[in-house]
Amino acid sequence: MKVAICAQGTHLDAPMDLRFGRCPYFVVADPQTGEWEHVPNPGPGAAGGAGIQAAQLMIKLKVDAVITGRLGPNAMEVLKKAGIKVYEGTVGTVRQNLEAYRQNRLPLLTQPNAPGGHKP
Amino acid sequence: MIVAVASGKGGTGKTTVSTSLALVAAEKGKVCFLDCDVEEPNAHIILKPRLSGQEAVRVRVPVIEQERCTLCGRCADVCAFHALVVLPQEVMVFSPMCHGCGGCWHLCPAGAIHPGWREIGQMEEGECGKIRFVHGRLKVGEAMSPPLIRAVKQRAQAGALNIVDAPPGTSCPVVAAVEGADFCLLVTEPTPFGLHDLELAWEMVSQLGIPCGVVVNRSDGRDEPVEEFCRTRNLPLLMRLPLDRDVARGYARGIPPIAVHPAWKGHFRELLHAISERAGLKCAKS
Repeated sequence: MKVAICAQGTHLDAPMDLRFGRCPYFVVADPQTGEWEHVPNPGPGAAGGAGIQAAQLMIKLKVDAVITGRLGPNAMEVLKKAGIKVYEGTVGTVRQNLEAYRQNRLPLLTQPNAPGGHKP
Repeated sequence: MIVAVASGKGGTGKTTVSTSLALVAAEKGKVCFLDCDVEEPNAHIILKPRLSGQEAVRVRVPVIEQERCTLCGRCADVCAFHALVVLPQEVMVFSPMCHGCGGCWHLCPAGAIHPGWREIGQMEEGECGKIRFVHGRLKVGEAMSPPLIRAVKQRAQAGALNIVDAPPGTSCPVVAAVEGADFCLLVTEPTPFGLHDLELAWEMVSQLGIPCGVVVNRSDGRDEPVEEFCRTRNLPLLMRLPLDRDVARGYARGIPPIAVHPAWKGHFRELLHAISERAGLKCAKS
């Protein structure tokens, strides 16, 4: 089981980043074992399609769920098709959001909650 | 010869200048007017062409043959615009992100991608008196205008004076409109905004190596900052149109200034003469 949390830094106590496509890092954690690692997001450097690119990364990392604040329509479409669940996190640290996820306190996101990003 | 009319700032009078220039030039020779402001074309309101032809303008986009696809991911890796996503069971295409470079279909090792088409807008053409008229209309919501702009410019006629009405700004659509011109007119207004964006437009045109000159529209007699700018850049100030209430009234009804004040035709004849003298001379980069 792997969960990716949008993060402003490289560890569990970094603040969560509410953006999906343009958050600088993902902290990828196993909620059962507590093991985790950080993965840089290629999105912030993209002129367009950051959300799509980040969604592709989620597929490559074989995560089961994503915790983010906002998600646009393109990224949502990709994650849905890939069968990756999206949960809406809140302001706080990565650790706090992971804990909230473990306790089933994060709402499941099934529709995009942000407009499409920067177009080419 | 191709003469582009650009400005940086919007609303300075590009279309006012380009349409009047076309009308005056058509009294003596062959003119082709190319409205390349495809997001909001409006030269037809002044020139009132009789449109006789319409053509869809399309760009290339990848079409995936899923049964041949091995999901290797090469296509998504080479796509600089993130238009392709490799899912565990299929490849997804986000056509509006695609720039039609062809990297994916050329490099797909399984030969599972072929080029298809996506319509981005329409090109319409016709005549207004002796002027050949062409414009593009980009689809609402479409982000990529340069291919449509280039399609309109392909209609330029050899042996004619081709006048390109460019969009405002200094980004890709403007570069696509101005590229390849023999001369570029930069239309400005005597305001801090006009001057600020004139500088940006001049930097862009200079990088393209196109000789250019400045037109001040709605001049109120206090054009010193523009004059100073032109002097220090060695940029010719080719024409000044005064701020005139009758011209504004005519414009509001789609009437060109030279119809309001026939005497202004002289300004445009001089402008034409100045352009033909300078076109082809290389622009001095600062």
